[in-house]
Amino acid sequence: MCTVCGCDGDGATVEAHGHHHHHQHHGDIHFGHGPAGTEVPGMSQERLIEIETSILSKNDRYAAANRERLNALGALALNLVSSPGSGKTTLLCRTIEMLEGQPLAVIEGDQQTSADADRIRATGAPAVQVNTGKGCHLDGHMVGHAMDHLSLAPGALLFIENVGNLVCPAAFDLGEDAKVAILSVTEGEDKPLKYPDMFTASRIALLNKTDLAPYCDIDLDTFETNLRRVNPEIEILRVSAKTGEGMDDWVAWLRAAAAAKSARQAAE
Amino acid sequence: MHEMALAEGIRGIVEDQARAQSFDRVTRLRLEIGAFAGVEKPALTFAFDVVMRGSPAEGADLVIIDLPGRAFCADCIEEKEIAGRLDPCPDCGSGRMMPSGGDDMRIKDMEVV
Repeated sequence: MCTVCGCDGDGATVEAHGHHHHHQHHGDIHFGHGPAGTEVPGMSQERLIEIETSILSKNDRYAAANRERLNALGALALNLVSSPGSGKTTLLCRTIEMLEGQPLAVIEGDQQTSADADRIRATGAPAVQVNTGKGCHLDGHMVGHAMDHLSLAPGALLFIENVGNLVCPAAFDLGEDAKVAILSVTEGEDKPLKYPDMFTASRIALLNKTDLAPYCDIDLDTFETNLRRVNPEIEILRVSAKTGEGMDDWVAWLRAAAAAKSARQAAE
Repeated sequence: MHEMALAEGIRGIVEDQARAQSFDRVTRLRLEIGAFAGVEKPALTFAFDVVMRGSPAEGADLVIIDLPGRAFCADCIEEKEIAGRLDPCPDCGSGRMMPSGGDDMRIKDMEVV
């Protein structure tokens, strides 16, 4: 049994986890090999029993433990959420290059393959891949195990690239400081209205691939109006990971958020 | 969205409770699901039946209680009940509504033997 969380390895595979989970190359982690193909912490004389417990309470406990670990380090964790193909990994690679000197690490979530973690590792940043099997989202339990494989430095930035999916990841707290929604302009300006939950849950949205806007009949102002309709408080940055447009603002946002988190930790 | 995963979460709680409160079987389980929880009720009902097999809640009656969506109107400075996430304020018609509740997914209670 796992000494951290007591999990019995129910279909889960954690690379280089040192016990029951299946080991694979690069310390990548696999979940969702169980019968249902998903893994949920949350999720493990006639009388009425009051429960009043959130269905996701177990996940929330794992997330709280992750948050405590991150807070103790003054490390800032961002949960990157988007549809598949929005350019998350390219954006992240570019971001890492621009953040030279900033201690950081990446947790990559995908149903299959370690392709994304390989791309991140090629930048020189430590990354661990979590494969969710048939699961549609990362959860607090998976992220806790992934964090075990990353020696996070005090004041580090932790990027958690969630499974590409605008629905389920909205509901699963991972212990992050903020969700960052990434949208590519090619997805259409009605995306925030079609999938409001995710944009309501996000603190900032990055409108990516702005270099393609002239070719796809898109109005970026309408995109922003729709984002603010579902979340009046959301911050929005227009970026192109390919051309670098707007990336300075994004990196400045990251540095400010990381500094604020470290300062908060130092004050406590 | 992830109704199968939610059902597995329910099963985990049922099994923990069965150990803690010493019961063998759940005859009825009541959930409270908010309008903005993103839960598809027929899918959850289906997943519940499948996932509870072999657990104390196998064959249990599943009752889903709907909770209304809530949002804070920035113009009335007050929380309102709304049916859809993008609905305007029912009183002043403002579109400046910040969702503030209705994403609940809770097990309310269980009848057990």
